Amino acid sequence: MTELSKSRAAVAEPAGTSPAPSAFLEVRDLKVHFPTDDGMVKSVDGLTFKLEKGKTLGIVGESGSGKSVTSLGIMGLHTAGQYGKRKARISGEIWLDGTELLSADPDHVRKLRGRQMAMIFQDPLSALHPYYTIGQQIVEAYRIHHPVDKKTARRRAVEMLDRVGIPQPDKRVDNYPHEFSGGMRQRAMIAMSLVNNPELLIADEPTTALDVTVQAQILDLIRDLQKEFGSAVIVITHDLGVVAELADDLLVMYGGRCVERGPSEKVFYQPRHPYTWGLLGSMPRLDRDQQERLIPVKGSPPSLINLPSGCAFNPRCPYADVPKDDITRTVRPELSEVGSNHWAACHMSQEQRERIWTEEIAPKL
Amino acid sequence: MTTPAKSGATLTKDAAPGEILLKVTGLQKHFPIKKGLLQRQVGAVRAVDGIDFEVRAGETLGVVGESGCGKSTMGRLITRLLEPTAGKVEFEGKDITHLGVGQMRPLRRDVQMIFQDPYSSLNPRHTIGTIVSAPFKLQGVEPEGGVKKEVQRLLSVVGLNPEHYNRYPHEFSGGQRQRIGIARALALNPKLVVADEPVSALDVSIQAQVVNLLDDLQAELGLTYVIIAHDLSVVRHVSDRIAVMYLGKIMELADRDQLYKSPMHPYTKALLSAVPVPDPSRKSAKSERILLKGDVPSPISPPSGCRFHTRCWKATQICTTTEPPLKELRPGQRVACHHPENFADQAPQDVVLLSAAKEAAEGVADAVLAESAATSAAVAAEVEATAAASADGAKDGAAEQK
Repeated sequence: MTELSKSRAAVAEPAGTSPAPSAFLEVRDLKVHFPTDDGMVKSVDGLTFKLEKGKTLGIVGESGSGKSVTSLGIMGLHTAGQYGKRKARISGEIWLDGTELLSADPDHVRKLRGRQMAMIFQDPLSALHPYYTIGQQIVEAYRIHHPVDKKTARRRAVEMLDRVGIPQPDKRVDNYPHEFSGGMRQRAMIAMSLVNNPELLIADEPTTALDVTVQAQILDLIRDLQKEFGSAVIVITHDLGVVAELADDLLVMYGGRCVERGPSEKVFYQPRHPYTWGLLGSMPRLDRDQQERLIPVKGSPPSLINLPSGCAFNPRCPYADVPKDDITRTVRPELSEVGSNHWAACHMSQEQRERIWTEEIAPKL
Repeated sequence: MTTPAKSGATLTKDAAPGEILLKVTGLQKHFPIKKGLLQRQVGAVRAVDGIDFEVRAGETLGVVGESGCGKSTMGRLITRLLEPTAGKVEFEGKDITHLGVGQMRPLRRDVQMIFQDPYSSLNPRHTIGTIVSAPFKLQGVEPEGGVKKEVQRLLSVVGLNPEHYNRYPHEFSGGQRQRIGIARALALNPKLVVADEPVSALDVSIQAQVVNLLDDLQAELGLTYVIIAHDLSVVRHVSDRIAVMYLGKIMELADRDQLYKSPMHPYTKALLSAVPVPDPSRKSAKSERILLKGDVPSPISPPSGCRFHTRCWKATQICTTTEPPLKELRPGQRVACHHPENFADQAPQDVVLLSAAKEAAEGVADAVLAESAATSAAVAAEVEATAAASADGAKDGAAEQK
């Protein structure tokens, strides 16, 4: 009860005295917890990362690893109280271009949302309003942040639809979402999120609901638009192929925490966490010869209410017994630097991991 | 191609590996569109529009295509969950196209299905025991040692704890539920299992577990699979032969390695090139990608001639008028295309590209175009040489045309 009464609103702990960072976006020790009848769901439990303008960060992980909760946390969408009385408990710091968002005035964050940071959602059919035309929705997004008349805003909407490759944009602008195909809806969503030239774009599973051919179109579009607008992009997905196409940096999440983070070449070619090995081993690949067998991760993802003690991955890790003294089951590993700008959270020594990767894992992939 | 007489065919219990287990000819399914007070039919969605293929005992046939290409409808037609509009489905030489519910019942034992969504395909009010034992009850089969024992054996076969017999579906994770669905499908020791997107609702790590399980079960029980999926890398991993569908038609049907190494149909080539590769060094290798413009046309009024001509970069006049037949151009590789990739042109006299094709070619990198022209020329020369060498060049599909 005391927990509940304390959380009248999302509790944003005041930012510490730490100085404003130099990076465009910096997330420090972000925690998003949801109180439930069964206990506290620690969806995100201490996440730290940086992102520069013009760069793309890929966040990968299985369902329930906290990817989407992180993105909603950055956008400040947890505070709206969509979980009834039980609101999210958010702590940590999110610095966007010198402003700390969690302790900032909600009105100020509202001005930033949509203008400085925008989001592309996974399912365009449920993210677009079925009662309004595509044009009306884009115009609304534009006029909230720009004091222009409807005509100008409409011209802008047509221009954006044209930019994202919708044929006959001046006619299509008056269509309703149901008159668009899946790929076109996703394009319209992208047009809407880019209408204010945001500096940070978060794409949450932008292509999961689409076919491969359309996916290729959308990935191309995101890449081109980023080049053109120079914005920072966060791509959230479970598909390693998609992040490999887009991301400069990669962050692998497991059980609400980051288990490995680094430049995507490093994470793909020299991964230093057994979970990343598992992800790479589980996916059939078209660019390699036919594998005899996939190497799945045994077991299933953990419950976020009751994470395994020690390393959250230990019940599924084939190498849990490599470090001595049962340390994997008692002590939670912290991220440690394993290469330049490459971090992993594992108890195994770096030599052990290097040896296992080169001798046991890499040859089988 | 003669079809065995209906009466003469008998159901033998085990088809030898390599024998044709399921044969489909000219299969069609049109869903009527009705309008107005009288519900008059004003059109039809041509979900499956005339497909031919066969499934051999012991093999895995993969079926790929974009959403709306009719692959799931095809799966439901061959399991007779939908009534075909036209065409013929033969199972073990017996025509089952129009069998009634009662006549189908004994066959249901041999043909089972695994569904896509492990959340909606299990009754939430039944225990796992009830769910997996339902096939025994429906078929009136009494396994040795009793139903419960057999169900527990099945659960352990698919990697679940037999003690979970009395649990309900909500107590299981997605991957475990999919295993329950697999256990149910295997209960009556079927010959053919049709799996409709068996892993697409699962997480990557779990997906691999289920793919391996399907693999193991096939090796152990000698099952025949038809696996319908949209993920080309999963399909390559599990299949022996692959059918590529587009707008209710089979565009290419080929052995796995041939299809992935040298796809002949431009659509197959575009589909393969669109798969994102988990290798960051190829990020900038846009040169290999073929971007198809626009969307799949509506199956209510599919394009004339070749259905792919509206998005194909090789389309010419003949493609708009004549539908290319699905022809075996190379042993084990059947293609429906006038201007195949990696092979001699089937309509060399027709060279003028459509304006749509020129537009589509913008999405294709120059390197791809050049390479494809080179390989086609090389193959054409080779074909000509073999045609000249062999006295009766009639055997060769390409030579036939000349």
